[in-house]
Amino acid sequence: MDEASMRLLATALAIGIGTIGPGIGIGFLVGKALESIGRNPEVEGHIQTNMILGLAFTEALAIYALVISLIIKFT
Amino acid sequence: MLNISISAETLFYLGPLPVTNSLLTTWLVMLGLAIFAYFASRKLKMIPSGFQTAIEIVVGGLYDLFARMSGKFIKNVFPLLATLFIFIIVVNWSGLLPGVGTIGFYGTPDKTEFTPLFRAPTADVNMTLALALIAFFFIQYYGFRTAGLTYGKKFINLTNPIYFIVGILEIVSDISKIISFTFRLFGNIFAGEVLLAVIAYLIPFLVPLPFFALELFVGFIQALVFAMLTAAFISMAASHETHEQATH
Repeated sequence: MDEASMRLLATALAIGIGTIGPGIGIGFLVGKALESIGRNPEVEGHIQTNMILGLAFTEALAIYALVISLIIKFT
Repeated sequence: MLNISISAETLFYLGPLPVTNSLLTTWLVMLGLAIFAYFASRKLKMIPSGFQTAIEIVVGGLYDLFARMSGKFIKNVFPLLATLFIFIIVVNWSGLLPGVGTIGFYGTPDKTEFTPLFRAPTADVNMTLALALIAFFFIQYYGFRTAGLTYGKKFINLTNPIYFIVGILEIVSDISKIISFTFRLFGNIFAGEVLLAVIAYLIPFLVPLPFFALELFVGFIQALVFAMLTAAFISMAASHETHEQATH
């Protein structure tokens, strides 16, 4: 295979495989947050703030995969 | 043809330093924010007018949000956090303005290389790296300021081989915060730009609208996350001494 087609393949694989983990992680995170809001609705503000923080960390992992795939495609 | 380049294009040189299109946009945003702040803070009344109420809602809301996370350091840390939030949100949204990314010039006469005059500042790794270094510097500064030199014991702890390895891991973790701040903000905003360019290239009418809404939302969330993570790390670093006293 020549370099151009390897690049296309690598771009797609990088972002495709790279979002599996964070996807599962974000699903767990938001699910647990919703469950705890259901059990204790009066601390919803605190739970929401901490959920957004946790979301930032997990989503950053998917963004790293996206940056690598963009670097592969555009340089 | 789509012109997408990961690095910001240089427009001209000021002596030895290149001025890129994202730097130019940063200067314009800074000028705009400074003028806005000047006119917003003149003639403040105790019973506020409409405009002053809007600004008070923003500043008061930010204060309440960060006060919950920073505890007793809020008075020292609020200018930094509010500046980070307001600057990053305006700069993220400035990439969505019409003309940013589209107004430019062709570098070569046969019109193959297009250089935009403006570019979203946070779509440049240099800008996000600078912001991450500022946040990192302030996290370490507040750690040393509250705990004194014993804050260094978190990193270099020669009492025990296990604590020494833990200290090395703490150093690695703090340096990885710089990398994660940089690439979280850069990745989100640059990927948003690429997405908008591709969608506008495929279907220019009506369909880009929901993607612009998505980018507005993403710009707001990334600014919020940057400021909130800085607040969380500062309060973790500053309260390190009380944690140590509790466990030993």
